[in-house]
This record gives sequence, C-alpha cells and structure tokens, in this order.
Amino acid sequence: MNIIGRKKLYFLISLLVMLPGLVSLALYGLNLSIDFTGGSRMIISFSKNVSEEETKFISSDLEKRNIKVLSIEPSGKTAIVRTSPIDERQNSEFNKDLKAKYREAIQEEFSTIGPTIGGETTRNAVKAVFFASLLVVVYISLVFRSVPKPASSIRFGISTIFALIHDVLVVVGVFSILGHFLSVEIDALFVTALLTIIGFSVHDTIVVFDRIRENLGKNVNASFAQVVNDSILQTIGRSLNTSITVLLVLFALLLFGGESIRWFVVALIVGIASGTYSSIFNASPILVVWHEWSQRQSK
Amino acid sequence: MKNPRLIFAFIILLTLISAFVNLPGNIRLFNFERSFKYNPNYFLQKYNFSKELAFRQGLDLKGGVSITFKAEVEKLPTGERDKALESSRVVIERRINLYGVSEPLIQTAKVNKDSRIIVELPGVTDVKAAINLIGATAQLTFWEEAATVSAEVATSSAYPINADISGLGPLKQTDLTGSDLSSSSVVFDPNTGTPQVQLKFNSEGSRKFAEITKRNVGKPVAIVLDNLVITAPSVNEAILTGDAVISGNFAQEQAKALSTQLNAGALPISLSVLEQHVVGPTLGQESLQKSLLAGIIGFITIIAFMVSLYRRLGVLASIALLIYALLNLAVFKISSLTPYGITLTLAGIAGFILSIGMAVDANILIFERVKEEMRAGKGRSSSIELGFSHAWTSIRDSNVSTLITCVILYTFGTGIVRGFALILAIGVLISMFSAITITRTFLRLVYK
Repeated sequence: MNIIGRKKLYFLISLLVMLPGLVSLALYGLNLSIDFTGGSRMIISFSKNVSEEETKFISSDLEKRNIKVLSIEPSGKTAIVRTSPIDERQNSEFNKDLKAKYREAIQEEFSTIGPTIGGETTRNAVKAVFFASLLVVVYISLVFRSVPKPASSIRFGISTIFALIHDVLVVVGVFSILGHFLSVEIDALFVTALLTIIGFSVHDTIVVFDRIRENLGKNVNASFAQVVNDSILQTIGRSLNTSITVLLVLFALLLFGGESIRWFVVALIVGIASGTYSSIFNASPILVVWHEWSQRQSK
Repeated sequence: MKNPRLIFAFIILLTLISAFVNLPGNIRLFNFERSFKYNPNYFLQKYNFSKELAFRQGLDLKGGVSITFKAEVEKLPTGERDKALESSRVVIERRINLYGVSEPLIQTAKVNKDSRIIVELPGVTDVKAAINLIGATAQLTFWEEAATVSAEVATSSAYPINADISGLGPLKQTDLTGSDLSSSSVVFDPNTGTPQVQLKFNSEGSRKFAEITKRNVGKPVAIVLDNLVITAPSVNEAILTGDAVISGNFAQEQAKALSTQLNAGALPISLSVLEQHVVGPTLGQESLQKSLLAGIIGFITIIAFMVSLYRRLGVLASIALLIYALLNLAVFKISSLTPYGITLTLAGIAGFILSIGMAVDANILIFERVKEEMRAGKGRSSSIELGFSHAWTSIRDSNVSTLITCVILYTFGTGIVRGFALILAIGVLISMFSAITITRTFLRLVYK
C-alpha cells in the first residue's frame, strides 16, 4: 500500500470532511451553553408527556418576571429550559407557581451561572487548548531531537499540531452543525472531550512518528518518503486496533450510558475516529511534503 | 528485581490488597444480596480509625447543591483579604456542621482578582435554605438585661435562641455590634494561664462599650454570635479603654476558634452568588448506574476483542487489564482517607474509561511488536524482550504527552475538567506501571 503516494487524495478527503463544518461555523457559529454565556438552566419533570400547554405556561410565567426564555426543549416527560440568569428568589416563586398549576411537577435540576464565570470558562478553555498544544510541540521537539539529519525534530512537533488542529476543526465543525439543527450545546464537558481528543490525537501521532524515527536510523539508504510509508504500514495495525477498542467502549457508553453524557460521547467518537485518520493520513504525509519542499529549496 | 517469579508474587499480593480495598460492605445486584462482615471499613473501625474508606461521589452522581460565592473583599486592605476569606470559610463550615450536612466541601479559591468560596452540600436540595444559612454574615451582638421584653422582640429572628437555657432574664439588644470590633485575638490570663479571647473595639465601639458597661455594673452582658449566646459575663466595673476579655473555661483550640469566628464577625464579608447547581438525587443515581453498566459492557467488549485478536496474549492482556482496573479503583478509594480525596464525577468516570483505552493501547503496542519480531524469525523469549523494549519508547512518549495535557487541564480547568484531568493522569501513570511490570512479567512467565 502506498499511502504517501496518494497523499493528495487523503488531504482532499480531510478537506471534504471539514468543509461542511467550517461552512456551518462561519454561518451559524457555535451553540454555546450557559457554561460560557452565563444564564440559567433547569430540568422539570411532569407526570405526563410535555405538550405545548406546559411549555407555554413555563415561558409566560418566567417572562412575567422579566426573565428571558432562550429555549424550552421537551423530551418525553421532562422539559429542559434555558433562560437568562434567574436568582434564587425568582426561582422559588416560579416553583410555587409551577406546583400550583401542576401538582406532580418537579424541578429536577437547576443551575445558574453568572456572566463572570461564563466568560472565565471560555478564557480558561482557550488558554488550556493553547498551552497544551504549545507544550506538546516543545515536548515532541525535545524527544525527537535525535532524529538523523536532514529530518528536523521541530517539524515532527508542528506536524503533530497540524493533525491536532484537523481533529479539533472536525469535531467543532460537526458540533456547529449539530448545534444548529439539533440544538446541541457546547458546554464545559465538550471542552473536556476536546482536550481528550487532543491528547488521543497526539498519542496516536507519536506512535507513528516514533516508528519513523526508529526506521530513519535503520534504513539510511531509503528515501524519506519510503521510510515514512513503511513506518505507517508497520503501525497501522496497532493504530486501528487501539482505536477500535476505544471506540467499542465509547459505543457502549453511547448506547447504555446516561443521557447527560450522550453528546460528550458523540464528541469523543467523532474526535477519535478523526484522530486515527489524521495520524495516519495527515501528520506523516505533512512531514513528507515539508521535507521534500525544504529539499527543493536547498538545491 | 530481575526475578520474574518474585515480581509475579508481588503483583499477586498487590492485586489481592486492591481487591480487598475495593470490597464493598454489601453487594446488591437485582435479587442477589450479600454483605461482607470483614470489609475494609470493619478493620478501620476496629483500630479506631475515624475516616471511612469509600468512593467519594460528586454531586452529579449523588445529587445535592453546589454554590459558588463571590466574597466582596474589595473594601478591605489587601493584606487582610486572605485572613477575611479564611475566617468566612471557618464560619461557613461551622454553620454547615450545625445544620447537619454530611461530607460538606467548603473551599476558597482565587480566580484572577476575585476571591471565591465554593460550597458543595451532598444530599441537600433546598438551595434557598442553604444560601440563607451560608450567605448571612456572622453577626456579633451584645445584649443587656431588660425589665421586660415584648413578645415581638422575643420571637424575632434576631433574638438569641439559647437565652433561656443560659439562665438569663429577658434581654434587649444594645447598639454595639461586630462592626464596632477592630480585632480579636487569643490571650492568656497572666495569673492562671488559661486562654481567653480578647476583643479590641474601634473608637466608636469603645464609646458604646463604655456606656453599656457603665449602666450594667453588677449585671450580665450577653455576647451573642449568630443568635447564640456565647458567654454572658457579669460586669465588675465600667470599661473605658475599649478592651474586653471573654473569659470562660476555654481550651486553647476553642478560644482560637471563637477568636477566628469573632474576626469573621468583625470583618463581615458579604457574599454574592455567582453560580449554583442543584441536582436531584434520582437523576444522579440514574446516571451513575447507567455509566457503570456501560463501563462493564465496554470492559467485556474489550476482553472479547483482545482475545479474538491476540488469542493467548489477549487472555493475558485481559487479566492485566482487570488488575489495572482494580488498582485504579483502589487508589480512588484509598484517597478518601487522605485530605486529597478524589471525587468521582461523570467526567471523571469518562476519564477513567479513557485511561482504560490507553492501558489497552500499551498492551496492543507491545503485542504487535512481539508478533513482528516473531515474524522476523526471532525466538520466543527474545521476541518478547525486543518487542517490549521497542514498544516502550512509544508508550512512554505518548503517555507523557497525555500527562502534559492533564497538567495543563488541571491548572487552567475548573470543576469537572479538573476532576477529569486528575483521574486521567492517575490512570495513565498506573497504566505505565502496569505495562512495565504486569504485562511484561506475565509474558516472561508464560513464554519461558
């Protein structure tokens, strides 16, 4: 199998996968949860399936207290309500009204996040992603400093980051689409998923790079592209097996795990599939493209 | 430790210990129920250990209230802010303990320039009552005897609730309060050496205190904190200096605690709610059970996959994985005995499951490498040694990069993200240990 020879095809596939997400990101942006924007979120359970009558009651009762209702999402007997920040007094008054109208109704969950904390979460998330990527480049450049010339260790680091950005864009893009059409929210758990994906993507890429480093030392006469291709083929079994194992666990979580982690698991599944693809078909080919380009420059 | 048999014995011992640590008091699975008398907590109790070995569940699993307060410390001089924040934490802790909540978590945190107090109350669902309990500033008041007390005052929320028990007559509140206090500290009686709590009033407070003591010579003045009479000493003579001493039969710790509390009253920080979450207990338990079931199914799937892929090696890997999971759970449980208890949340469980994935990866890396060496025509035992040492650099590099990510997450993250990072990091560390010792020793013993 010649993966490096068909690298343009694989880059094209990546681009095609990312494109819808990027378009959605540009058009609709992200559906951010109260974790980032600040606001209130509650889950109310009723004795029967939620109909328009209940949602109308909820929104009119909240709005008469000058609370902006952002969305009411009925799902079976429960309704998830998102609003501008509600304070404790307003909430207890609302609960009184709710009980008066529907005796069986229970507010299962209630969260309020002030705008300060919301902004902070966003900043922290961006900071965490940025510093994690930076340190990973530094670490890889350090670990791979022994690669034989003319390969350069910093290229290994930066190629890893390209693969990582690829995975982040795929997942964020998919969630932009999900956010627009299924009103799936980006919350603090999503950030956790994103960081896990980054960790996994780098993990996967390093295994391939490690092989390249080893083979560069062994096959001095083969071309760089050849060595990289061989290394990918030698590690592809491991890459696929590992990803399949992790995906099996994630599918178990998706099917049997609770609803509260459903989208978190979806994000992980998309990200880990993408991470496996990018470590095989993006990171190493980028290394080759870069290598060949710099060879041409020096001639 | 070159002798694989010795290491093997060590692994077996470690496994037995962690299996014992993980042993619950009783097991309930559908209709099957069984309790174990000789569980770890039985022995802890027997040796008078005050703490209990348990998985600490986060609010998202157990249900409860989490409230983040912003402490308004801006008005205070910079040097006193930390002290004021700590005093508030102590006051809150005392109030919560009076309220009777088990396993409360009260933390102070500094984010940028903000000072915060985070309170987690498992099992509590009335967030309004909780905020009222916590958010009121510690109020120090002084009461003197009154001829009569109107029914209105006696039933008002400010009236000391233990006034009757303390053997005091009807009381009326004076105009002296905690805001007139400039500081409080622990001093020792020069004659008897017993600890006392000293109060220093500011100039306004000194004037008020002088007047109160002047008109109450020979009568008690009750010092009341948060509606409780702490002490009601009799006034011997008018005190004009603005210094007062609360003597009582204090132990040093008590005097220190009282002084801390009085300082909180003297430096009232008002708290405002930044963030609050209430999770119903049913919702949390449902998530936990579902995640556990998913975890077990996932685990069985991994075993089936590994065995079908690597046959005998797969069986070994599955055993190694089982030991790995036991070790991890034991670490979570043992941490509950230390001040650094690990709290399991949904995100934490996700981190744990991910670390299982990474542990499997280490095994797969080793096996693929061993298979490769065998294909190259090497002997069995040299294939194992070579395969292992070749796989090791990949395992090390990839796991270290995951650890780096964990450290960053822990540093910048808040709440659930931190829990996730901590559990993933522990998982990765144990998986490296398990790859080096457990898998390698098993391979060596089986293929000798």
